[in-house]
Amino acid sequence: MIRERSVKYLVVDVFIYVVLGLILASCVLPFIHELAISLSARPEVMANRVGLWPTGFNLDNYRAVATKDPFLRSLLMAVLRVVVAVPCTLLMTVLTAYPFAMERVHMPGRRTFMTVMILANLFDIGLIPRYLSYLNLGLIDNFAVLILPILLLTFNVILVVNFFRGISYELVESAMLDGANHLNILFKVMVPLSKPVLATISLFTIVRHWNAWFDGIVYLRDVKLWPLQSYLYSMLSTQQLATEYAAFRFSGIFPNVSPHGAEAAMVFFAILPIVIVYPFLQRYFVSGMQLGAVKG
Amino acid sequence: MAQELVERQSTPALPEARPAQTSPSHPPTLPSSSGKAGPRHWLLYLLLLPAAAALILFRVYPLWGIGIAFVDYNPVKGLGDSAWVGWKNFQEVFRRPETINLVRNTVVIALGKITLEEVAGLSFALLLYEVRFPLYRRFAQVVTTFPHFFSWVIVGTMALSLLGATGAVNGLFASVGLPAVRFLADKRVFPYTLVFSDVWKEFGWSAVVYLAALTQINPELLEAAAVDGAGRGARLWRIVLPGVLPVFVFMVAIGMGGILDAGFEQVLVLYNPAVYSTGDILDTYVYRMGLVNFKFEIATVVGVVKAVVGFVAIMTANWVSGKLSGYRMF
Repeated sequence: MIRERSVKYLVVDVFIYVVLGLILASCVLPFIHELAISLSARPEVMANRVGLWPTGFNLDNYRAVATKDPFLRSLLMAVLRVVVAVPCTLLMTVLTAYPFAMERVHMPGRRTFMTVMILANLFDIGLIPRYLSYLNLGLIDNFAVLILPILLLTFNVILVVNFFRGISYELVESAMLDGANHLNILFKVMVPLSKPVLATISLFTIVRHWNAWFDGIVYLRDVKLWPLQSYLYSMLSTQQLATEYAAFRFSGIFPNVSPHGAEAAMVFFAILPIVIVYPFLQRYFVSGMQLGAVKG
Repeated sequence: MAQELVERQSTPALPEARPAQTSPSHPPTLPSSSGKAGPRHWLLYLLLLPAAAALILFRVYPLWGIGIAFVDYNPVKGLGDSAWVGWKNFQEVFRRPETINLVRNTVVIALGKITLEEVAGLSFALLLYEVRFPLYRRFAQVVTTFPHFFSWVIVGTMALSLLGATGAVNGLFASVGLPAVRFLADKRVFPYTLVFSDVWKEFGWSAVVYLAALTQINPELLEAAAVDGAGRGARLWRIVLPGVLPVFVFMVAIGMGGILDAGFEQVLVLYNPAVYSTGDILDTYVYRMGLVNFKFEIATVVGVVKAVVGFVAIMTANWVSGKLSGYRMF
């Protein structure tokens, strides 16, 4: 860092910090505002009197949302989706990456397959052919439709291929001399050494599946199978929220529930896992992107 | 120069950036482990079976759907028994005035997002680059990259709340005497709403790439320049910017491959009939026509044309990027 001792430098420095502060504020304030709404009493929310601090602090919005069966079910579906998708994705990625990474082994057709895979994943035929194809494959209204189509992602495969290639080939050779076949080499040599890249892919997969919502609303007609964010999308209309939560108000159980507040509470339920986990894992996301860098 | 893997939200995959003139020469095949694909090596093909199945089921098989664009599709009869109409559906689509509007909206919004995301990301990275406290830099990175990891349902819900007629932003405007802006209901404003909310969501993540590139710039170069009397501005203009230019060009060029994508999930969450004329993009049109109005042929025609043109766009973008910046996606 080069520091000069001049007024001009100081002025520019101050300017930079001020601008940065404004930018950071613009990133944080919207969330603070929504948080305040979610924690405020109904009359204040309905009258748009809530600023950055809750008025009439109460937890009714959160309580109401947490007792709603559809919401809880969608939460379960989201967790289920992530828990199933991560190991399946890792397995698919690792199985596919290994043959690509074993360049010293003669394997006719490897390059062709790789090219086909990359190109095929780039060409998205469109929503209608996909929907009808899934229908024919029995995937409509089937929970598997949330997982199977995105098991094989070129991004993940390339990441692992590059990592595998970085593993010292002597280890592979000595395993071969010991009579190991490729399955052994893959799961007893490569995979144990690949924890960093597998962790990165797991993180990306978790985020992808936690955030996915469109596939749910399109391919699952049964609302009971919808994961969290699909359910959230269906609640985006305020009319719907008002109807959903009217019962709470009239029965007096959670008198301070407001449609806006309930919506905000749902948003915070949805981002809570990410908010808690992300600051600690942020460097893995960032370094994960650089993990696949071609060496040299 | 930093060579990195980058991921975008709309493209399914972005393999690593590598120098354009690459093609690794075949590593020497060692006698002990090579030879013909002998009995040991057939296992490698077995390992590719799941991938082959996935590709066939989800990428190759759906290609039959192209046929829907050429028939009068009757879902009950299926594709084989539906009446063949040749190019009639295509003519119908291109005859409609909304088609050219859709393309215009899509390209304009996509261009805005692609360029602004990168410019904002680079600018923010340059600002952060000048910060002396690593803790502040880490904090700023965490805070600004958060929105990248939220879905558009989340961010869209907040945007709808904040930018609505009774939202906080208009409330702020009112309190300082500014007129209210109908961010979500005014068709002249809506494209800006789309672009700027997207930039807000993504600039932090974009900046990660640039910050990594910036830290790769040789500090001795900067010190030498400072000794020679170059101030911050001169160092920026003559050393720093030229240093990150290849990365910037790469990001923009590759982003251009998504020129027809324009952010489907965001638009779907934020749009409404009042802003269809400027906010409807190709993908949202396909969704509405196909799965809401059940006009399968129209939806398929638009979808297929978009797929083909989009594919050409990505391949072209990859090639152009290689020529301009020296980096390619694949």
